Amino acid sequence: MGELRLMKGNEALAEAAIRAGCDGYFGYPITPQSEVIEYLMAEKPYDRTGMVVLQAESEVASINMLYGGGATGKKVMTSSSSPGISLMQEGLSYIAGAEIPCVVANVVRGGPGLGDIQPAQSDYFQSVKGGGHGDYRLIVLAPSSVQEMSDFVPLAFDLSFKYRNPAMIVTDGLIGQMMEKVELFDPVPRLTDEEIKEKYPWATNGKPKGKERRIITSLDLDPHRQEEHNWHLQAKYQRIEEDEVRYEMLQCDDADYIIVAYGSSARIAQKSIQLAKAEGIKVGLLRPITLWPFPKKPIHELVEKGIKGFLSVEMSAGQMVEDVKLEVGGQTKVEHFGRYGGVIHSPEEVLEALKKQIIGE
Amino acid sequence: MAELTVQDIIKPENLVYKKTKLMTDKALSYCPGCGHGTAHRIIMEVLEELDKEHETIGVAPVGCSVLAYEFMNVDMQQAAHGRAPALATAIKRLWPDKMVFTYQGDGDLAAIGTSETIHVCNRGEQIVIIFINNGIYGMTGGQMAPTTLPGMKTSTSPYGRDVHMMGNPLKMTELIAHLPGTFFVSRQAVHTPSAVRKAKRAVRKAFDNQINKKPGVSFIEIVSNCNSGWKMTPLDSNVWMEENMFPYYELGDIKVDGKIVDKD
Ligand SMILES: Cc1ncc(C[n+]2csc(CCOP(=O)(O)OP(=O)(O)O)c2C)c(N)n1
Ligand code: SF4
Repeated sequence: MGELRLMKGNEALAEAAIRAGCDGYFGYPITPQSEVIEYLMAEKPYDRTGMVVLQAESEVASINMLYGGGATGKKVMTSSSSPGISLMQEGLSYIAGAEIPCVVANVVRGGPGLGDIQPAQSDYFQSVKGGGHGDYRLIVLAPSSVQEMSDFVPLAFDLSFKYRNPAMIVTDGLIGQMMEKVELFDPVPRLTDEEIKEKYPWATNGKPKGKERRIITSLDLDPHRQEEHNWHLQAKYQRIEEDEVRYEMLQCDDADYIIVAYGSSARIAQKSIQLAKAEGIKVGLLRPITLWPFPKKPIHELVEKGIKGFLSVEMSAGQMVEDVKLEVGGQTKVEHFGRYGGVIHSPEEVLEALKKQIIGE
Repeated sequence: MAELTVQDIIKPENLVYKKTKLMTDKALSYCPGCGHGTAHRIIMEVLEELDKEHETIGVAPVGCSVLAYEFMNVDMQQAAHGRAPALATAIKRLWPDKMVFTYQGDGDLAAIGTSETIHVCNRGEQIVIIFINNGIYGMTGGQMAPTTLPGMKTSTSPYGRDVHMMGNPLKMTELIAHLPGTFFVSRQAVHTPSAVRKAKRAVRKAFDNQINKKPGVSFIEIVSNCNSGWKMTPLDSNVWMEENMFPYYELGDIKVDGKIVDKD
């Protein structure tokens, strides 16, 4: 059994970065995730593992530090919250275009604009539909506990290096700030410079003797070659959709209705389905763990089984519900429920919404 | 006497000049007469002389020199507009023994990238920045740059830069020279053989500083022409540059070994 600790979600994320063998963290403070960089600065990971920690002048700079550092084959990471993630979108597009692995965590807060500093899930569109310009995808993981804030860091790094694609951990102020018991995984050593050169021949860390120099770019002025590059990206995204879908199902086997919810909303919905059960209503929970690739197949299978209705629960005005609707394809009722702007719905409110919007009482 | 043929001349002992192998054979995409190509060449010659071919990572900007990576025969990255210093910061922090440089135009470095420029200099990253100041946005077709001179005509200042309406030309190099994080700051040109020699000495010094882990940024501005954007012949553009750009952007060292050079 690994080391047990009581930690905030943000701290677990930071500790996991050190343990996952991250080479560099570059970030800019913003509530509700400043604990990430504060924890790292206090922990002196440069003494523990040799990891670099740098407070950048802006999120624009941090994401471009990830671009430069990631392009040398090092494991690099940043974290921010909604307004900061908006500033990173140009950089993310470059990183996706140039196929650079890196991990970005978004501890989402209420918006739009400066919004507030309370938890929200209203950055779903931005995370899974692009966000920046051009046809690209991020691999998006949604932890719903402090434990997963830790576990998903090495997973995000593995996926981002496996596919040479930026990975995003999308969580919210609730999971970032709350304290839970975490079982920390055993530290993995950082790769040596020689190991990096060996493993990632594409990385720009000094032209190897007797070989061609490497170029990291997202530019190709020839539209046909650019289209070809896009085909290559799309083929990669398809492989990710086939192989990397992750989700969890709770009490779905004999359910009449399904709540689809991720992150904090999934935690809340766990209680809602218990409350429903006590009233004799059979509700299951489908929790997407990867928001992209979205768990399409389980939805198809549930529809097939004759589920009478889906309630997509998200602390937003209704973003993920569009993807649920797309997969249900009009075969049964799909509705959205959620409080937003930083307000967290209660399990009772979710159950009420299910009764009113789906069951029709 | 037998007639001399070309073949008789092409002999190793007659070689006086050769293209550095750190420039690729690709034809430069720059307009004939443009200073970018010469600036590329001297950087690459210096890196070859320092035997840093395998130890260098360069960062190209967005601007006419966006394709610098096609010509510079070392590992290269291409940054988003203005962000090259952020990339270079991370590269140098993660690979402290490598040579890291950025190559940026005035729009890239002194407009959209102002924040990155100031902060990379303020943090004193041990990198080299080569800053090509041609007073205009070459790549996008000759719009006004932060460095455009008062009264100078560009496509977005068609009646000449009105400093009351459009602001004053920004002397970014003087500005960053006053930050404690810069170690060597120099302004050079590449329009004549003697200017090229001086500029190359400055570039050499900049990389020597990096090799010797001198604290701080080595920053070289190269005042250059954009004959296409200025709508002049290459020759006229060089004369215009001497008469108009150099009085405003005075050539020479501004800060050496961490100390501002006393001009009096
Ligand atoms: C975010 C963003 N904004 C604007 C542009 C368009 N753009 C490309 S190059 C350039 C100006 C380049 O001028 P400069 O840095 O002076 O380099 P030069 O072409 O003169 O060498 C601009 C505005 C861009 N590519 N990206
Ligand atoms: S447009 Fe100007 S800066 Fe660009 S290549 Fe031509 S002369 Fe050089």
